Amino acid sequence: MSGKYTISREDWSLHRKGEIDRERHREKVKEAIKKNLADVVSEESIILSDGRKVVKVPIRSLDEYHFRFDTGKRKHAGQGDGNSKEGDLLGSDQKKADGPGKSPGAGDEPGVDYYEAEITIDELAQLIFEDLGLPNLQQKKKPELASEAFEFKDVRKMGISSNIDRKRTIMEAMKRNALKGGIKGTYNITRDDLRFKTWDVTFKYESSAVVLAMMDTSGSMGPWEKYIARSFFFWMVRFLRTKYQNVQIVFLAHHVEARETTEEEFFTKGASGGTRCSSVYKLALEIIEERYSPQDYNIYAFHFSDGDNLSSDNERCVRYVNELLKICNLVGYGEIEGPYYHASTLRNAFKKLSDNNFTSIGIKDKSDVYPALKKFFHNRNESKA
Amino acid sequence: MHPTLELKALDEATEKIDAIARNFNLDFYDMYFEICPADIIYSFGAYGMPTRFSHWTFGKAYHKMKTQYDYNLSRIYEMVINSDPCYAFLLEGNSLVQNKMVIAHVLAHNDFFKNNHYFKRTTKKMVESMSTAANRIREYEFKYGRDRVESFLDSAIAVQEHVDPQHHISAVAKKTEGHEEHGCSVGKCSHGQCSNKHSQGASPSPYDDLWDLDQKECAGKCGGGEQREKKFPRQPEKDLLLFMMEHARDLEEWQRDILSIIREEMLYFWPQMQTKVMNEGWATYWHMRIIRELDLTGDEAVEFAKMHAGVIHPSRYTLNPYLLGLKIFEDIEKRWDNPSDEERAKFDRKGNEGKSKIFEVRESENDISFIRNYLTRELIDDLDLYLYKKVGHEWKVVDKDWEKVRDGLVRNLYNCGYPHIVVENGDFGKRGEIYLKHIHEGMDLDVFYLEKTLPHVFKIWGRPVHMETAVDGKEVLFSYNGEKVSKKFI
Repeated sequence: MSGKYTISREDWSLHRKGEIDRERHREKVKEAIKKNLADVVSEESIILSDGRKVVKVPIRSLDEYHFRFDTGKRKHAGQGDGNSKEGDLLGSDQKKADGPGKSPGAGDEPGVDYYEAEITIDELAQLIFEDLGLPNLQQKKKPELASEAFEFKDVRKMGISSNIDRKRTIMEAMKRNALKGGIKGTYNITRDDLRFKTWDVTFKYESSAVVLAMMDTSGSMGPWEKYIARSFFFWMVRFLRTKYQNVQIVFLAHHVEARETTEEEFFTKGASGGTRCSSVYKLALEIIEERYSPQDYNIYAFHFSDGDNLSSDNERCVRYVNELLKICNLVGYGEIEGPYYHASTLRNAFKKLSDNNFTSIGIKDKSDVYPALKKFFHNRNESKA
Repeated sequence: MHPTLELKALDEATEKIDAIARNFNLDFYDMYFEICPADIIYSFGAYGMPTRFSHWTFGKAYHKMKTQYDYNLSRIYEMVINSDPCYAFLLEGNSLVQNKMVIAHVLAHNDFFKNNHYFKRTTKKMVESMSTAANRIREYEFKYGRDRVESFLDSAIAVQEHVDPQHHISAVAKKTEGHEEHGCSVGKCSHGQCSNKHSQGASPSPYDDLWDLDQKECAGKCGGGEQREKKFPRQPEKDLLLFMMEHARDLEEWQRDILSIIREEMLYFWPQMQTKVMNEGWATYWHMRIIRELDLTGDEAVEFAKMHAGVIHPSRYTLNPYLLGLKIFEDIEKRWDNPSDEERAKFDRKGNEGKSKIFEVRESENDISFIRNYLTRELIDDLDLYLYKKVGHEWKVVDKDWEKVRDGLVRNLYNCGYPHIVVENGDFGKRGEIYLKHIHEGMDLDVFYLEKTLPHVFKIWGRPVHMETAVDGKEVLFSYNGEKVSKKFI
């Protein structure tokens, strides 16, 4: 006897529910990240990502909360290979130190279950930069060098078949069919319907920017302070790259004397001794003079210190910063405030500066990096831009 | 293979498998198979049902499953739905042997849906019900705004597990209880009277002493207090969703409807969660036996063996329900076919009853009773099952003793692995606040999650929420007043 059964194959191409809700989830992830930018911006896994394109951002607000047992406290059941015994080690949480999700058997291992969104650094940068603007954009002298660029902005009836414009071609076929009173949905595409995307050759002028990253490396600047500076410069450079084709960074470290260093040295090596900030400003001015003519370059100077400057030096600092302001698009000073209060002499001294292009920022905490970025790059002359 | 040829081959195979299954006395609803592309199968997997309403949490699940599929980490070969006719979706690109195994597997699931006692009350028209519910929710989105509906769904989903699958039983009990309560409130209730009432009409049963336990409690309360407080609800209510749906004061109609949708869908899925081990074990048991009856070529046999091995692959961190269920069914069959002398003497087992026994088990048990009654010491040793726990930063095996392992398993399955929470008081402090109580069975709640879930209850109930539980042996009351969570020791 044979029962009743049916086998069929339907057209599912219009079933989009999964994709639609997936998109909604993605939107929520983005919203959550945006709300959380202050924490995300200085997330170590991103700043120290070593060029990885995709980073993981923990998002607790998208956990699906419900009443549940504490996985860490309860007993779970598992199955061995035949000779397991009490005390056998199945896994360890400490492995998480070298990157979440890397522990063996991740996925079915209990415990690690908060949601991590994967996001490319570019997407993240877009979110961060949404509110940032470049103040004081000056027209620099057009550099001699212009590069050829291709832009697809035209549509023609002839072309290479790899450049076919599907949407327009279908539209043409629909139009033609409709004119003839043709049946809906059946398009025999004729040669006449074909549309091709075509390019134009344009010239792109190189615009360049240079970031003068200055940092106090005196004894009081520990790894944490350097990390803060590092996350700030990380995003600053990325942001400027969205605006200029060519962004260079010059690293200047100083204690009593200033010198140019490599990036690695800049963020890792510490020196000791006192602090004389004017030394680094002086060096910055010299380097600009030598290499980066303000006519060709947009110059951004930013200095991190803990503010413990020799008081006798403050006067000179203000003078140099005033000079920098004449040639730079922006000059910033970030003071990393230690756990205990001390009246900073340098930041007070800078209060005299009234120039619109000077920003001074106090940073106490990892989460202050994002507000600092926002303050530094807020659109001062939006109306003009 | 050309699609139409493929369909034809599949059709022939299905006819054979169907006949073999019937020969084995499997008893199933008519089948409706459909071949779907991967993203469709995965969306069904994420939603639990193709026609279910739309929500970002399903999108999240879909994304996760799809990604795993895209990276070739896991694969769902089929998805089957408890309905009449029974729907099953086959993954496009399955080979013919894969489909044969899947079809055999699905027929056994179908038999289980049709015959297992716990599925008796599930509607067989859920595909349609969910579809109309989804339409209603979409209308609400148009009417009241997507964000409002979404955030209310967020809250309803946060407490969706707190339903009472036995509600039909307690509902009957409540009716009888009504009279009794009436008697109590007049203050005439005494122990004698109450027990009298129970024995009236019914002949004495072996459970009378259990009924009496209830009475004692009742008598104590009634006799002791002159101004006895009117309790609301009268008995602690496990069905939090139903309770809030009926009694939350400020809910709008569409919100009550959403609660009822979530509740109905949870009640529909509950038996599947309750019988996961059995259901998968049963399907695996039968796909093996059915495939053995088919004439497979050498290559096909190897392919089947590979796939089957993948299905019953053990895991160190969780129990594979396919494997555990299969082993228990096979063990039952063996022990009822060839009982030991002791079993013959003690339990009057005659032998050669294996098949009829496993059919009886598939009809009358759920995972808890299945494991408690049939997971033997020998099986636990043979399968090398253990309990493990977090010790410091490490996950370690902590129990190998067979009784502890079995009981640990049962404990984790209790209430489908969700905490048992009841409504103690729906008018706490006479301020209309809701007081929930976690019935603590030795496992603490995740406090972080608890604190994040209370606001969802608040959102539905509309007034402050309290939850009594115990943390590290101390009784604690968590409260949320609309602004912040506070906790105090009781």
